[in-house]
Amino acid sequence: MAQIGSFALLLALVLSTYSFGAGLLSLFRRDASAARLGETARRAGIATFVIVVLASFVLVSAAFADDFSIAYIYHHSNRDLPAAYKFAVLWSGQEGSLLFWSLLLAGYGFVLRLRYKTDQRLFAYASVIIAAVQVFFLAILNFAAHPFAIERGALQPDGTGLNPLLQYPEMVIHPPMLYLGYVGFTIPFAFALGALIMHYPGEKWIHITRRWTMVTWCFLTVGIFLGAHWAYAVLGWGGYWGWDPVENASLMPWLTGTAFLHSVIMQEKRGMLKVWNMVLVFATFLLSMLGTFLTRSGVISSVHAFAQSSIGTWFIVFIALTTAVCAFFLIKNLGNLKSEHKLESLASRESSFLFNNLLLLVVCFTVLWGTFFPILSEWVQGHKVTVGPPFFNRVAVPVALLLMLLTAVGPLLAWRKTSLESLKRNFLFPTIGAVAVGLMMIVFGVKPWEDPSYFYAIMAAVLSALVIFTVISEFVRGGRVIAGKSGQGLFSAMLQLTRRNTRRYGGYIVHFGVALVIIGILGQPFNKEVEKEMSFGDKINIGPYTLVCQSFTQDDNPNYANEWAIINVYRHGGIGGSNSENNGLGKLITTMYPERRFYKASGQPQTLPRIYPSFREDLFLVTDVYLVYEGKNETTGRPIIKAHLNPLVPWIWIGLIIMVFGTIVALVPNYLPVSAAVPVRAREPVHAGAGD
Amino acid sequence: MKLIFHPDRKSIRNANGSAQSRDPLFYVPILRRYLAVAALAFLLVTAAFAASTDARFKDLGHRMMCTCGCGQVLLECNHVGCQSSDKMRNQLQAALDKGDNDDLILQGFVQEYGPTVIAAPTAVGFNKVAWIMPFVALAAGIVFLTWVVRAWKNRPEPALADGITISRGPEFDEFRAQARKDTDL
Repeated sequence: MAQIGSFALLLALVLSTYSFGAGLLSLFRRDASAARLGETARRAGIATFVIVVLASFVLVSAAFADDFSIAYIYHHSNRDLPAAYKFAVLWSGQEGSLLFWSLLLAGYGFVLRLRYKTDQRLFAYASVIIAAVQVFFLAILNFAAHPFAIERGALQPDGTGLNPLLQYPEMVIHPPMLYLGYVGFTIPFAFALGALIMHYPGEKWIHITRRWTMVTWCFLTVGIFLGAHWAYAVLGWGGYWGWDPVENASLMPWLTGTAFLHSVIMQEKRGMLKVWNMVLVFATFLLSMLGTFLTRSGVISSVHAFAQSSIGTWFIVFIALTTAVCAFFLIKNLGNLKSEHKLESLASRESSFLFNNLLLLVVCFTVLWGTFFPILSEWVQGHKVTVGPPFFNRVAVPVALLLMLLTAVGPLLAWRKTSLESLKRNFLFPTIGAVAVGLMMIVFGVKPWEDPSYFYAIMAAVLSALVIFTVISEFVRGGRVIAGKSGQGLFSAMLQLTRRNTRRYGGYIVHFGVALVIIGILGQPFNKEVEKEMSFGDKINIGPYTLVCQSFTQDDNPNYANEWAIINVYRHGGIGGSNSENNGLGKLITTMYPERRFYKASGQPQTLPRIYPSFREDLFLVTDVYLVYEGKNETTGRPIIKAHLNPLVPWIWIGLIIMVFGTIVALVPNYLPVSAAVPVRAREPVHAGAGD
Repeated sequence: MKLIFHPDRKSIRNANGSAQSRDPLFYVPILRRYLAVAALAFLLVTAAFAASTDARFKDLGHRMMCTCGCGQVLLECNHVGCQSSDKMRNQLQAALDKGDNDDLILQGFVQEYGPTVIAAPTAVGFNKVAWIMPFVALAAGIVFLTWVVRAWKNRPEPALADGITISRGPEFDEFRAQARKDTDL
């Protein structure tokens, strides 16, 4: 099996090298054979996909066949690993995930090469650039991180198993989503660089890549949020974002990609920001590569990063080379990328896009700076410093709040120039609503002068409300116009409005989702936690909840042994029940089973928290009851339970769903109402050229 | 707390009005009252101190990292069987109980675990750069953007054919609004 895989990888490298070399040659040759050569390069690219699929299939098959002669399978699987995780072995380790990168890139390239007739020359350039990236990954796979390397020594009867942290259903989908995002940005990058090299006029490359970019951005968004949810549901510290270098690495291309999705509209609509869009596409791709480098090289310590390995040098060389190529062609073509229009007013949609881009880039720079500062500090001072959550929260959060303000304001500004009267009219309702939300928070006891984090929470709530009310007012205003003309109901009018301009209104839905995510995050300063050793009948009081330990139980299966605590959750007062019930404990709302596992193959323990979102009890102010069975006190032998109350967190995941929905809406083509043409006889003959 | 003062224990005066030496029992209720007030004050101060100690524990615990390699903030490390975080939390609590100030406590941890134990760069020496740079980037970005906007605003309009003039007057507001509505993204 290992031989088949190794051969497939070598063949894929040969094919992609041919696709790159022959493709490049065909682009610069002017004779009749150039087209034929280009066609062979395209077919070699398609064949590369088939062969990389074969290599990936072989690796997954080896996991299912428990072929522990392959070192990668030995170190990332075991006989009793459930089937889903055996499938996920493909992206569970360094070599496998590089193969997965290569597979996704080959897949994207396959689709692109099949659709080459849209614009043969531009597609040929993009195909060559994709082949170059493919050569890089396949070279690493063949020469530096071989997934089919044979395990040295005697054949082992069983593998060492998959890392327990990765044995969670989301692990089966989180990395593929993230990688689909990372890899997907290669496509707009390839088209942008191709268009630049061939001095391609106009915005066609943007039209071609617009949907690619949106889909890719959506994948990356889902990947990042699934990672956050995985951290929340598995790591057991009650949080979802720790500003870990690898988390940061995924955030950076997302930020530049988001900036690109906004600024590209300016190029399409007004022929502006041409250089800037190129820079953003290049930066997004390079940051994706940097993210992969951070995860794989071990240059920065992270809970996600794999051990120090030699492939870091490969990535540095590749990133440096790509940067040089991009910079060269960008500088060479500056003359072709001049803006077609001037900016007329600061109070315009154009300037809101400019400032939106600036703030996204500043957040991106802050994240990049904070991630690499420990290395810089070591160079300068001789010792590392830690740049952890306090730094990012203090620096990035204020800028992110400004960004929220622009998210609210931007859609209400008109292109070119907005009049003061229109500003007043558009902002009145959202501003009143947002200020009311802030005042309500203060009235209900959130005093910003007591704690800076409360101040930020109120600001975030006000700005989120502003975004939400802005979006609602935009839908209602547009809907009313259509309803007034057509006589249909407001809701169906808003639906029609969305169908007429899916991109704009899909974007608003995404903004709405972002506001919900921010609402979910702003609950953080109000988190509570209690840790206690618990025996049968012991209680923990936390917020309006009383947690009563009913019992502990154990189970065993071939993959792991586990212990559960059985904990009844009571709620006093409110919608959930009254204090008079259950001996003053309140109403029993649920029973939770926080778990602790011991994985046999790896010999590692793992906690598995349980989460109860209180939608039935609180609805809008939903709170997660989050229980962790931390293990037993070694001295007393009593189990330790840690309880967290995390207000508003479920809104983060709901916000994500709405963001994805908004992206899907934005991807749907616009619906154009069909109008019947009525022929009218011309009264006088019209001479040719009269309209010129 | 209600303090009771016994009127029968008041001072006794003789016929010429001078005070006689008081019965020692006379001072007992006063003493008891002072003691009660002192106890209450002690309780309040202790409670306030405990509350501030809790807040300081939480604050300092979030300004340090766990050294077990988990990459978590000290109070958020729930690494199963983590030896470092339990030890460090106990050390932090002991230092707070001893009455050390925040700087002294952090310094003690740096001496024992190295500078990486602090979760964010301190505002000292080269570390200041870490805090300044993002704001420098923001300021530079704003300056650059302002320059770009001004350059764009000052750019001359493209030349128009003879006899064609562009009106920016309010008479076309309605058409402009309609055009925006129809073509806006």
